[in-house]
Amino acid sequence: MTDASSARPGGAMVEFDGVGLRYGPDAEVLSDISFNLQPGSFYFLTGASGAGKTSLLKMLYLAQRPSRGIVRLFGEDLVAMPRHRLPGFRRRIGVVFQDFRLIPHLSARDNIALPLRIAGVSEEDLSGPVGEMLSWIGLGDRADARPATLSGGEQQRVAIARAVIARPQLLVADEPTGNVDPEMAMRLLGLFEALNRLGTTVVVATHDIHLISRIENAQMMRLEKGRLSDPTGALRYPPANRA
Amino acid sequence: MIIPRVPVQHRRLLPDRRLSGPTPWVIAILMMLTLLAAAAGVGLARSANAIGAAIAGRVTVQIVTANPVTRAEQAAALRRAAAAQPFVLSARSVEPEELQATLGQWFGAAEGDDPVLKSLPLPALVDIDFVGEDRTDPMRQLEALVAREAPGARIIPHAEWLGPVARLIRSLAWIAGGMVVLMTLASAAVVIMTARAALATHFPTIEMLHMIGATDRQITRLFQRRIAIDTAYGIALGTVVAAAILLLIGLQWSGVTAGLAATASLGPAGWALLLALPLLAIALAALTARQTLLAALKKIL
Repeated sequence: MTDASSARPGGAMVEFDGVGLRYGPDAEVLSDISFNLQPGSFYFLTGASGAGKTSLLKMLYLAQRPSRGIVRLFGEDLVAMPRHRLPGFRRRIGVVFQDFRLIPHLSARDNIALPLRIAGVSEEDLSGPVGEMLSWIGLGDRADARPATLSGGEQQRVAIARAVIARPQLLVADEPTGNVDPEMAMRLLGLFEALNRLGTTVVVATHDIHLISRIENAQMMRLEKGRLSDPTGALRYPPANRA
Repeated sequence: MIIPRVPVQHRRLLPDRRLSGPTPWVIAILMMLTLLAAAAGVGLARSANAIGAAIAGRVTVQIVTANPVTRAEQAAALRRAAAAQPFVLSARSVEPEELQATLGQWFGAAEGDDPVLKSLPLPALVDIDFVGEDRTDPMRQLEALVAREAPGARIIPHAEWLGPVARLIRSLAWIAGGMVVLMTLASAAVVIMTARAALATHFPTIEMLHMIGATDRQITRLFQRRIAIDTAYGIALGTVVAAAILLLIGLQWSGVTAGLAATASLGPAGWALLLALPLLAIALAALTARQTLLAALKKIL
């Protein structure tokens, strides 16, 4: 079996069908989640705290398998996928965590370079893109600073730069603008939009309703008590390509 | 590879805190004790083997005839007759001077000039070595020979009185070997605990690495290298200390030439084993760390 290099032609990049998720013996935190994410689209995921946004994102970035249902990513069934194949898929996904998760003893530069190094990119080849990314997020002069010496907003920018440096096919961001000022929030959103124009599918979980109106053609998913609603009708479920 | 190669940039993923934890020091102590136990085991085993080989086919005939002239004649006749037997490898009369020198060590006149010592009625002794290690048949033939040449003489098989000592030494060697095994297991347990502690300490980093597509192999190599190097430091330290102790004991031992103590030595194979142990320990530590890490990582999606 070989990794699909992208979603199936004409198919969805991400397919969730009747997905449920529970932690241990407790009740499901997500129930009957079904949606398709089309390649090159931009999605906002909204919902109140505790609605299950982070749990849904975890399944998207392969940190969690569903308790039931079908999850397909890049055309492959993730539920049945053997564990050793997951790293290859994860390298095609960029993740911005709500709590940044920067490695504390690494500089901003090394944190940003991490996905490229893990993917085996040589030091020669990665120094250019990492330098550009540092400049773009306005931290060119703080490249050697460790996360503890950066402000919350600066850490957030480093975390975003790390998520996008390897040009992922799918970008998943959990409250990416929660710690930055409105101006920086718009710049970061602009970066996501630019990546989206280059073909990256973007999913942004946010409380900030104002952000949603800033992206043209963005679609919205809303989680309420672990169930997905489709207020804009954009998710088009059941998908057109299913029998 | 015992210590895997990891790119310099990847090594920085773990903070550099070498020799700051207890692992290298605990491993150093365990390695030192392992080497000392191994040296004791090898020395004792060689000693037991040397004693066993020396006593297996040897007897001493003790002639206690009262008349010293007859006693000497019987001893000479027995030695000649025994030497002519096909089942006898060698027969040797123990000279009276040798007996007196031996007794002198106990009576406090080792030079043999003591008139009291010289006046003691000493038995005549004939040491006989059999051909091969089977004593049953030669013993029967020797008994007949002794009855003919020196009636009333006692035959003393060395294995009867030195055998228990050899068995005791061999038991001690086995105990030392057991201690080596136990300390090796303890060292492996220390490595397992270290690997688990490292995983727990660096779990956020590991989780992050997983999320950006690092494979178990990449993460394992990173930790395996660190643990192997820390362990190697401990092993090197323990080996140096153990070598110094063994050297000191060796110097003192070289002055001991008497009796059973003189049979204890390590020999080339023993030294080779002692030199191989630290390398085996590093390999075992790296392998243990690798298996522990892989098993732990499999529990994370």
